[in-house]
Amino acid sequence: MYVSYKWLQDYVDLTGVSPDELAEKITKSGIEVEGVETLNEGISGVVVGYVLEREKHPDADKLNKCQVDIGAGEPVQIICGAPNVDKGQKVAVATVGAVLPGNFKIKKAKLRGEVSNGMICSLQELGFESKLVAKEYSEGIYVFPEDTEIGTNALDQLFRDDQVLELGLTPNRADCQSMLGVAYEVGAILGREVKLPQTEVKTGTEKAADYIKVTVDAKEDNPLYVAKVIKNVTIKPSPLWMQARLTAAGIRPHNNVVDITNYILIEYGQPLHAFDYDRLGSKEIVVRRAADGEEMLTLDNAKRKLTADHLVITNGQVPVALAGVMGGANSEVQANTTTVLLESAYFTGGTIRKSSKDHGLRSEASSRYEKGVDPHRARPAAERAAQLLAEYAGGEVLEGSVEADHLSVEPAVVSVDINKINRLLGTELSVQQAADILNRLQFSTSVDGGELTVTVPTRRGDITIEEDLIEEVGRLYGYDNLATTLPIGSSTPGHLSDYQKKRRMVRGFLEGAGLYQAVTYSLTSEEKSLQFAMEARTPIKLAMPMSEERSILRLSIIPHLLEVLKYNAARQNDSLAIYETGSVFLSTDEGDLPEEKEHLSAAVTGLWETHPWQGEKKPVDFFVLKGILEGLFSKLGILDSIEFRKLEKEGMHPGRTAEVLLAGISIGFVGQIHPKVEKELDLKETYVFELSLKAILAEEVAPLKYEAIPRYPSITRDIALVVDKTTTAGELSTIIKDAGGKLLKDVNVFDLYEGDRMEPGKKSIAFSLKYFDPERTLTDEDIVKAHDKVLDAVKEKAGAVLRG
Amino acid sequence: MQERLKELQTEALEKIAQAADLKELNDIRVSYLGKKGPITEVLKGMGKLTAEERPKMGALANEVRDAISSGIEEKHKQLEAAAVEAKLAGETIDVTLPGRPMKTGHRHPLTNVIEEIEDLFIGMGYTVEEGPEVEKDYYNFEALNLPKGHPARDMQDSFYITEEFLLRTHTSPVQARTMEKHKGKGPVKIICPGKVYRRDNDDATHSHQFMQIEGLVIDENIRMTDLKGTLQVFAKKMFGEDREIRLRPSFFPFTEPSVEMDISCKICSGKGCSVCKKTGWIEILGAGMVHPNVLEMAGFDSKKYTGFAFGMGPERIAMLKYGVDDIRHFYTNDVRFLQQFSIHE
Ligand SMILES: [Zn+2]
Repeated sequence: MYVSYKWLQDYVDLTGVSPDELAEKITKSGIEVEGVETLNEGISGVVVGYVLEREKHPDADKLNKCQVDIGAGEPVQIICGAPNVDKGQKVAVATVGAVLPGNFKIKKAKLRGEVSNGMICSLQELGFESKLVAKEYSEGIYVFPEDTEIGTNALDQLFRDDQVLELGLTPNRADCQSMLGVAYEVGAILGREVKLPQTEVKTGTEKAADYIKVTVDAKEDNPLYVAKVIKNVTIKPSPLWMQARLTAAGIRPHNNVVDITNYILIEYGQPLHAFDYDRLGSKEIVVRRAADGEEMLTLDNAKRKLTADHLVITNGQVPVALAGVMGGANSEVQANTTTVLLESAYFTGGTIRKSSKDHGLRSEASSRYEKGVDPHRARPAAERAAQLLAEYAGGEVLEGSVEADHLSVEPAVVSVDINKINRLLGTELSVQQAADILNRLQFSTSVDGGELTVTVPTRRGDITIEEDLIEEVGRLYGYDNLATTLPIGSSTPGHLSDYQKKRRMVRGFLEGAGLYQAVTYSLTSEEKSLQFAMEARTPIKLAMPMSEERSILRLSIIPHLLEVLKYNAARQNDSLAIYETGSVFLSTDEGDLPEEKEHLSAAVTGLWETHPWQGEKKPVDFFVLKGILEGLFSKLGILDSIEFRKLEKEGMHPGRTAEVLLAGISIGFVGQIHPKVEKELDLKETYVFELSLKAILAEEVAPLKYEAIPRYPSITRDIALVVDKTTTAGELSTIIKDAGGKLLKDVNVFDLYEGDRMEPGKKSIAFSLKYFDPERTLTDEDIVKAHDKVLDAVKEKAGAVLRG
Repeated sequence: MQERLKELQTEALEKIAQAADLKELNDIRVSYLGKKGPITEVLKGMGKLTAEERPKMGALANEVRDAISSGIEEKHKQLEAAAVEAKLAGETIDVTLPGRPMKTGHRHPLTNVIEEIEDLFIGMGYTVEEGPEVEKDYYNFEALNLPKGHPARDMQDSFYITEEFLLRTHTSPVQARTMEKHKGKGPVKIICPGKVYRRDNDDATHSHQFMQIEGLVIDENIRMTDLKGTLQVFAKKMFGEDREIRLRPSFFPFTEPSVEMDISCKICSGKGCSVCKKTGWIEILGAGMVHPNVLEMAGFDSKKYTGFAFGMGPERIAMLKYGVDDIRHFYTNDVRFLQQFSIHE
């Protein structure tokens, strides 16, 4: 809503309150003022001039040489390129030394050999928005009415000595979509009186009822329809002050009849429509829902296909307007219109919203109906419009209105206890203070003890419950005046859940290991949605995606991490380690919410370790990621329950990928992405893992308990075993652990040999075994006994031979 | 004899002084102090001396021996020190060469902001609640006083999956779910961070996915002054002790009264600049007193309980805090961007 500061003064005395101060006060107590625009800002030296002579420029077809009286001294010669400039016009002249918007300074100039002492201006050149310039002046200079005084300030004549406040209205404040609504608000803020327009209409002897009959079939959509008839109007431009106010409000002037309906729209917030009575085609108005398949031509010359969802105004036969949205071309007011049928109606929001949306038409009128108008303004607005039509269109107002009235909207009566007000706001207001604040809003109040009963005018349809009244009291009392306190009452221990604490630890661990945290999108493409998924489920699609690329909920984080690697590699960062924690989405049976699982994923590409001047460059490999995972599992106390098992998986290197199992249950995988994928993404060797974060964080871990530091030495024995190439270290390790008994504390691989000196198909793995008894020093005999069992077991179960 | 001993001492000390290494020094020791050395030779002539002269001569011989051996010892230390020095000189490195690079990763700036806010509110007795990103229409809208047909829940603004499920448009459904779990019994004191989604085209200031943190307090005597006080603590801790706050009336369907909180602009100290659009204030969050319909729908008696709620965008806070000018940076994960947040504040 654009509010002219000057216009507002018709209703509220703004003495001593500058536009900027007013903006600040309005912002602090109710509605955000998003800007204050000074209409004549940066403009000086523009006067009203009179074109005495006009002749063609001798050397330029499109230029005119004008002699202009600017009200001081000799007439000046001005070269003007506007097609509509002519002798006898009153025009806006930027004299030599004038300044126009954008700090454009007017200097004496020579145009094709002819001197020009200034410039004749269009409205656009004077800072008007193009879309607000009346059509007849949109392609040329502006021409003042004949009676404008020569030599006066042209901007003052255009009423541009004004400021416009731009209000950002929240949906609950539809009441401020009118100057009167804003006046009530400002009156309440400043504690000043609100003066309503004085409407006095002289009517003729003929009765409107003899000219028109109104029937409303769709009573719910249109509880009140008021029609007035004005005869003998003359269509001409509206007065400059009215045009100026409309322009300030963001509405383009047309002619007096249209401008008056728009003026009332802004002043009262009540949309009006003017029909050409003689073109109506009947003497009746019937308001009804359209029939499916019915058509009409709206005044923008578009053919509209209608359905039973749309409300139409008809002449009893065919639609003459799409109710509350746009008039019909068949009954539009034209230059030769003499009798006007004026409609002032209350339509409910729902049907108008539907029409406006279905036809892609949003007008000042429809948006007001959608947000809600005051049903009790239809009558006074019609009267006020009739008055202005008599005054500025020479019209004769017929006696009375013709109404179809099914309105049953009464002012809301809401009660609130002062204790409730103070309890919610934390204030200590007296009941009288609260009543005074509400009275400033022109709400009537009655006080009974602590109980305040408030009658809320229908213009404030947003106020229905006591909390709404409390908000009114609070905001006008001023939130600046509220104390600052902290909640008192039962104390609550603040903490993270165990899961949240561990998740933070996981992030810290990975960051310490050198990985950056990434955050990527949950929505992905159909192609990516199936890649690297741990569980194959039907992807979950959006009903109305904005693009294919973001149409499906991800089943794996890896594709987006790879995208991040690719993005960075293309920008000279081809060695990078990143991780992400986030949800993946698994479809379930119809009717249930999808299963959301928080996953932990990482992707590492390029060099892992570098020490440039020592010539050390180590690319990432499988064991880097496995090492990180083992470290993490160990930190989480679950390493003993973890197992890595060779895995073949789509998109992954068939020989370098492992499934990760926790207590025998698969929780994710780790490995190199398939070289084919690396090539597609233009990445170096790249390793990834993805795990169910929930699985690793939710695992119960035995509480920490101190174990005595060993008092007796441990004894280490190394063995190198020759086995088939297919035998894994993991298998051997399990056999050794199982056979070693309770004295065997630790088994570690310390060497792997697969070179030429081995028999074909064989390899040698060396283990270091640590024996230990907390109770005593082990004897050679003890160890030999245990160790022999180990050797027997590996021989028997894995065909392992001790390497000589 | 006496002279001969003196002579030997002078001679030996000279040789010691000239000894170039430990081996030479050892040779000197053996040749002068050994059993077959010249001093022993001289002492063999003691038999010719008188009984009076004999002990004197013995003492003198011991003196000479001591002088030589302490000379040797002294020289030994010198030579040893020189040898160590020579060895260390050979081991000198260029200490200005760069060290072995340690791998360092870091938290995403949005996580930084979220954790900072979480910790701040945990300190004030809040717990952290999370909920699903795919939500039921009921929790995302209806339970928050946004019934079906409400203009604020236009299909155009949300990513629906079915008629009933959608990607949550705010983290408020977590509040609705948590309230429901409390079965009408306070206090509730929670903070809800998480990802949310809206149908926006991605540009410098819009993102179809972004983060939100909302807070909710419900108890028997929660007042608007408590909201103001809580937000003031938050603003000062997050943006600096010298920041002022201001509450402006606003509108949200789930709160009544509703407000927006501004903080005074740091850049111009409230005088007005381009960052604060010449107002001196920067909008940070929306808040309000929980709407009685929201309380009742979650099973709380709105006659007995009141509450406040607030919500903010970590992206906006990070953008203000760090001067980031494009929201898309948070989701592109350019390492040149991420690296800049590795300094521990
Ligand atoms: Zn500023």
